Amino acid sequence: MASIEIANARKSYGAVDVLHGIDLNISDGEFIVLVGPSGCGKSTLLRMIAGLEDITSGDISIAGNVVNDLQPKDRDIAMVFQSYALYPHMSVAENMSYALTLRKTAKEKIADAITNVADILGLSALLERRPKALSGGQRQRVAMGRAIVRKPQAFLFDEPLSNLDARLREQMRTEIRKLHRRLGATSVYVTHDQIEAMTMADRIVAMHDGIIQQVGSPVEIYDHPANIFVASFIGSPAMNFLEGTYETKDDNGSDGAGICLSDGSLVPVLHAQGATTHQAATLGARPEHITIVSDANSGLAARVDLIEPMGLSTLVHATLADKPIKIFTMDRPDYAVDSTIHVSFDMEKVHVFDTKSELRLPPITEPHPSHRD
Amino acid sequence: MTLTGHTSTRKMLYWGSHYLMIAAFVIFALFPLYWLLKVSVTPNDILYTEGVRMWPSRTTWDNYTFVLTQSNFPHYFMNSVIVAGTTAAVTTVIAALTGYAFSRFAFRGKVIIVALMLITQMFPLVMLIAPIFKILAPLGLTDSLTGLIIVYTAFNVPFATFLMQSFFDGIPKDLEEAAMIDGNTRFEAFRAIILPLTLPGVAATLGFVFTAAWSELLFALMLVSSESASTFPVGLLSFVSKFSVDFGQMMAAGVLALIPACLFFLLIQRYLVQGLTAGAVKG
Repeated sequence: MASIEIANARKSYGAVDVLHGIDLNISDGEFIVLVGPSGCGKSTLLRMIAGLEDITSGDISIAGNVVNDLQPKDRDIAMVFQSYALYPHMSVAENMSYALTLRKTAKEKIADAITNVADILGLSALLERRPKALSGGQRQRVAMGRAIVRKPQAFLFDEPLSNLDARLREQMRTEIRKLHRRLGATSVYVTHDQIEAMTMADRIVAMHDGIIQQVGSPVEIYDHPANIFVASFIGSPAMNFLEGTYETKDDNGSDGAGICLSDGSLVPVLHAQGATTHQAATLGARPEHITIVSDANSGLAARVDLIEPMGLSTLVHATLADKPIKIFTMDRPDYAVDSTIHVSFDMEKVHVFDTKSELRLPPITEPHPSHRD
Repeated sequence: MTLTGHTSTRKMLYWGSHYLMIAAFVIFALFPLYWLLKVSVTPNDILYTEGVRMWPSRTTWDNYTFVLTQSNFPHYFMNSVIVAGTTAAVTTVIAALTGYAFSRFAFRGKVIIVALMLITQMFPLVMLIAPIFKILAPLGLTDSLTGLIIVYTAFNVPFATFLMQSFFDGIPKDLEEAAMIDGNTRFEAFRAIILPLTLPGVAATLGFVFTAAWSELLFALMLVSSESASTFPVGLLSFVSKFSVDFGQMMAAGVLALIPACLFFLLIQRYLVQGLTAGAVKG
């Protein structure tokens, strides 16, 4: 196992820049998830680590050695593809042993390794089958097995679960995590699914437009998103955004801060670092940080649009200051559509974003991101 | 009950006419072959005297014996086997490599090369005979099997390339990338993973080029003048003399000439059917 360092890596196709200077250090044994919408460059970055795409400029090192000009076969990495990419004309056992055979490993050693890995993944009964005769989940396992058998420096996963149904995906998520704990292998995992990112990662790398937006642990990214993109991308149901202006004195003349929404209503927030009075600001509130209150005086009026029961909880869609918002509640509300409810925002949990730069303005009580870690 | 009776009659009518049409088509397509066979076993003396009959009153193998023992046909036949076989093999190798490059790589001038290859398919071959003769003559390649092989290969490579490219396009890129990560170079991945999966395509290309070269007459006639380098389509013409046409022997030679093509397709038909229907059903 090994660490991976990416230093100012760029990728351009002709005049089109796909990745703009990526810097990322992945420690030995870490499970990193690259997440972002399609076209954000996450797969390109993974393929550059694998050696399947050239690096336009910058360096990628595996275990301290710059691998820029090494062929994929010489990088000692294993990759699990979205399509699984199993060799259709080979049996499961042959698929898994292919890399070892190419490395001229002794036959007994290969047999041992295959038996061992097939045991771990529950593939022992399928070794003689062709990929065509396997279900999606089994193919996925074979693809994993083919990677594990080699004991490579690092594992690369390119959206490996996106072809599975929801239940199987959930199951494989857990299995991959357990496997990672067992093998302790450095892993880079690409997905567009923020739930996969949240549940699997040691650290999440959120990417957008070829730029890393934020690197951090799942909880850190969820609780302290660096900007509007990260805040909106991570979390489901997604964060609510309400545009307004940042005000520091409310009507009572007390020394509070708040976001004044388009309809004139004020949502109290903590004083934000670097925010100036009257500046354009966006309030970000996760659905679980908005509560429906019975007392009309302690909340803002909102109109109910839709009630979405989700079993464990209920999602209330409503309109506040002409903007749609979602409210998460563990109650079983039975409001009529178009009825008026009153909502209050959890002042400690909501975020203030600079509307122009889209950056989060952290409360003054929170240490500045550059001083954290 | 009447309702089901009614529908089953309609169904029978539907399927009946369905099969009738297929039968009509098959008969239409195969009748010339049948006629070839029929004339080849008809004795010469009753060929013109019996009128048009579906099967002669007497049959004979004399025409075959004559063609095999008395004529130059076995020699022409061997020439054709050499020319068509070599052309098919060489063309398929070139087409596989070129088709792979077209399918997988983006490179400068690709569009131009594709356009050029298409353009070569535009012109009637007759126009090119004189210049090709002019080119081959000083090289000593007229009147030789090698010359024919070169010309046939040149004319078949473009189409064969596009055919192979379409087969490579049907194979996910992920497969050779997985192989490259597993420890292959790109060429090894091509040989060990991609090529075995394109066997249907290779078979289809081989079959296509083989038949094209096997039955080619124009260049074989124009570029070759000696008996020793004639292929069988040219040889068939030798049964036409100034005063008569020996139909029986000509047809017998024709039947014999069908054999290798049939054998060839028999060998590759398993791959061919796979190849022509590849991608029709999601795997």
